Amino acid sequence: MSATNPPRAPEFDIDHGAMRHLADAQVNVELDTGDMILNIGPQHPATHGTLRVVVRLDGERVLSADPVIGYMHRGYEKLTEFRTYPQVTTLINRIDWLSSFANEVPFIDAAEQLMAIEAPPRAKYIRTILTELSRIATFVLFLGEMGLQVGALTPPFYGFRDREYVLNLIEAVTGGRFHPNFNRIGGLKDDLPWGWIADCRSTMGTVLDSCSMFEDLVLGNEIFEARTRSIGIIPPDIGAGYGVSGSNLRASGVDWDLRRDGRPYLVYPELDFRVWTHADGDSFSRYWVRLQETRESALMVLQMLDRIPSGPIMAKVPRIIKVPEGEVWVETENPLGQMGYYVISKGATGPFRVKIRSASFSNVSILPWLLRGVYVPDVITILGSLYFILGDIDR
Amino acid sequence: MSSLPHLLALDIGWGSTLAIKTIIVLAIIPAGALILGYVFLLKVMSHMQSRLGPMDPGGFHGWFQLIGDGIKFLQKEDVMPAEADRRVFAIAPAVIVISTFLVFAVIPVGPDLVVKHLDVGVFYALAVSSLSVIGVLMAGWASANKFALLGALRAAAQLIAYELPLLLAVVGVVIQAGTTSLNGIVLSQQNGAIFGWDGIGNPFILTQFVGFALFLVASQAELTQTPFDMPVAETELVAGYMVEYTGFRFLFFFIGEFGTAFAFAALAATLFLGGYSVPGVYGDWANILGPFVLFAKLMIIAFLMFWVRFTYPRLREDQLQAVAWKFLIPIGLLNILVTGVFKVAF
Amino acid sequence: MPDEPTPEPSEPVPSPEAADEQPSAEAASTDAAASGAAEEETVAADPRLEELGTLIDAALGDAIVERVVNRGDVVVRVRPDAWRRAAEFARSELDCDFLSFVSAIDWKPAAREGDEAGGDTSAPVQPTEMTFGSAGSAGRWQVFAHVQSTRRHWGVTFKSDVDDSDPRAESWVSVYAGADWHERECWEMFGITFDGHPDLRHLYLPSQFEGHPLRKDFPLLARVVKPWPGLVDVEPMPGEAPEPAEVGAGDAAAGDAEGDGG
Repeated sequence: MSATNPPRAPEFDIDHGAMRHLADAQVNVELDTGDMILNIGPQHPATHGTLRVVVRLDGERVLSADPVIGYMHRGYEKLTEFRTYPQVTTLINRIDWLSSFANEVPFIDAAEQLMAIEAPPRAKYIRTILTELSRIATFVLFLGEMGLQVGALTPPFYGFRDREYVLNLIEAVTGGRFHPNFNRIGGLKDDLPWGWIADCRSTMGTVLDSCSMFEDLVLGNEIFEARTRSIGIIPPDIGAGYGVSGSNLRASGVDWDLRRDGRPYLVYPELDFRVWTHADGDSFSRYWVRLQETRESALMVLQMLDRIPSGPIMAKVPRIIKVPEGEVWVETENPLGQMGYYVISKGATGPFRVKIRSASFSNVSILPWLLRGVYVPDVITILGSLYFILGDIDR
Repeated sequence: MSSLPHLLALDIGWGSTLAIKTIIVLAIIPAGALILGYVFLLKVMSHMQSRLGPMDPGGFHGWFQLIGDGIKFLQKEDVMPAEADRRVFAIAPAVIVISTFLVFAVIPVGPDLVVKHLDVGVFYALAVSSLSVIGVLMAGWASANKFALLGALRAAAQLIAYELPLLLAVVGVVIQAGTTSLNGIVLSQQNGAIFGWDGIGNPFILTQFVGFALFLVASQAELTQTPFDMPVAETELVAGYMVEYTGFRFLFFFIGEFGTAFAFAALAATLFLGGYSVPGVYGDWANILGPFVLFAKLMIIAFLMFWVRFTYPRLREDQLQAVAWKFLIPIGLLNILVTGVFKVAF
Repeated sequence: MPDEPTPEPSEPVPSPEAADEQPSAEAASTDAAASGAAEEETVAADPRLEELGTLIDAALGDAIVERVVNRGDVVVRVRPDAWRRAAEFARSELDCDFLSFVSAIDWKPAAREGDEAGGDTSAPVQPTEMTFGSAGSAGRWQVFAHVQSTRRHWGVTFKSDVDDSDPRAESWVSVYAGADWHERECWEMFGITFDGHPDLRHLYLPSQFEGHPLRKDFPLLARVVKPWPGLVDVEPMPGEAPEPAEVGAGDAAAGDAEGDGG
């Protein structure tokens, strides 16, 4: 396999390689009798983006499942080698686009560690608040759209509506709803606007109310329970072996949260919060854990709003950012799970190698194991409960 | 035979009468579908989901939206999958609409306003409503699409399973009314009395509340509405057996689905709420008021059906079957037993 | 394998955290053939890191090429034939049940045509000599992985050298089931074959894709299609004369924005 000659630039006539790949879409279909191969995706309402799961069915039971990913592969790790550090910040915003602020935090933390710069306390508080707001925004949407996965038409609208309140807050601070691009090495781009703290307080009240509403509407619904209990049980040791992290692993009873147990980052060591776990490990418990974590995040934000210090929001940073030689591994508890960056720097204005460890990649890698023997509707329920984002899987 | 021609001071033969009635019913089906679709699917559902729904088409709260959709569908290209079985594919929606029409043929909107008086009205209505299963299977198989096939198979199993609770719910009403003729059932509700007080007649919902609940649940399943909409599970099968249908044929499916909803709501209103009757109103006034009264009653029932549709998640196929066989049918049988005992004892 | 000097990371200011957690600047020459366990002595004030270090030394003793503590993270470079053994040890004795990732590093500096002084801003300038990070490296390729313990709340980064002429490594699939996808990605991006992997096929890229994109000698395809900075399409304001287009003669396929990378 020649690796040193770069492939020729694509032409616009028929690319026979691509045509062969399209034929690949049949994916190992021998002439089977009795079994049916079903493509769930890549265009499908239930897969959050262009994920394709090729399942082999016997009636309505899944015999084997093979997720095919890469439809959204943008080559982030390659791109980071051609970008300066601030440019990389803009890039990695788009890995997990639902909680985009949270993607920047570990990378900025890594760069700041390598440069031996510490962001001022106010900046850290605001960063933590925005991270928790991203977590709330992501989870509130999950609470709604999980109802949609099992067939309830109304909860997703409430989920989107309540997410709007939080996005308004994020937009008021950063100027962007989806891609704030607000972190800078050494601090933040700007300070909070006037009156934001009061707005944030009242929005957290709304969030807590809507959590109770989802508890009634979705969690308390007997049909929802019938559809999600005992579906997609992830045993904790197998989950950890696959790298499943975040709420998914906590729903299997593993009491591990990087905000509390990992290396201290942002202002989490100063906060008083509870880590929620559930013993069952099924789809219901994943929903339940995320609901509790949404509440917990809202309470954390309220705590932080009470204690946010005044001061500068940016440390002294040279105009042209050159990060000294070194390497560092930073992992954080992102809404979707454990996200980490292994940044290797050679003293240039841009990184030498960035290994992006994204949560959904590992969460989805358990699907071939998890989907054996389940019904087709349960496949949808499981996909919904694992809560992955395609950008996070495909990078 | 009927007094309506006398009302209109016309003397036309039975053939013309039948033709006129057929045309009226054929017009009612899409009209009913439109009304139900607009009011409940577009407006009520939107408001429940904290949004507005269509506001522009037609000016006032977008009342023209569905009619506009219908016109749009009519002018679309007729697309058929290359591997589809052409004749079966084309006929399948028609089968469903025909079964809806046949149900309408016995629902009385007034003492004389019915296409055909049938002494076995209820039995006939339930029998022809199950013809739609054939249409669903035809659609799913002829589409040459795995998703459609899965949907059609689910639908067939579900529709057949829920025929029984439907029937059992109705049997209780039949026992209480003493007749299977729909007109007779309405009359017995109109002329009945609750413990001697005949102010509102005796709507069977009061005594047959179990049957009413059963009928609603079963008709929800017959219409493949959530929580029983596995066959058309949107987030899984993307419209299930209807997935390959576009344009005019899809319009037929839509009309069939909502027309059947209209028919079932009308049936429920007739069986349990007294149908077109208002206690104390007989004769020609009943013929005039009847349609409006029935319309009001069926809208209430349709509201219940659609409200559940928007709110509840869907049951998985095996859970759905379990609910039908292990839960609804025993309750139905119990209901019949109790009704029979009460009927004989009192 | 030839000796190479261990790198001396330059740190202008000691980090605010414990200064003792920086890799020591002593160069320890390694002789992998003689398999001497050359550990870097670090003044680790953290007792947990000490305990971790002791356990690692005890179990992997002769397989360790180098072990450092880099900013609170234990980095262990093991001999290539002990790659899977390291995983088994981590899983069983260190109680590291959680697999974070398995990936690879290509230490070769990327070839660049221009430089910033010449106005080429397409990518940051990197040093042209090949240097290695913490725990060093024997050559161009390395596989590295990070595992953690959900119960004991510690983690280890393992590194291992990979032969340049025949890039192979042992597969971790039998120890950590999640290594399946990580190794598939590593193979397709770097070309490192994993012995013992049941089904080494493409993960992200189409199956007919040629080449291994994350290798440093594989160019960024977007730059090949349209050389930096490319054609700047700027709509003139109403009333203005159209701007003269910037020089950006791509080849015939130019015209799209970069969408061909990876």
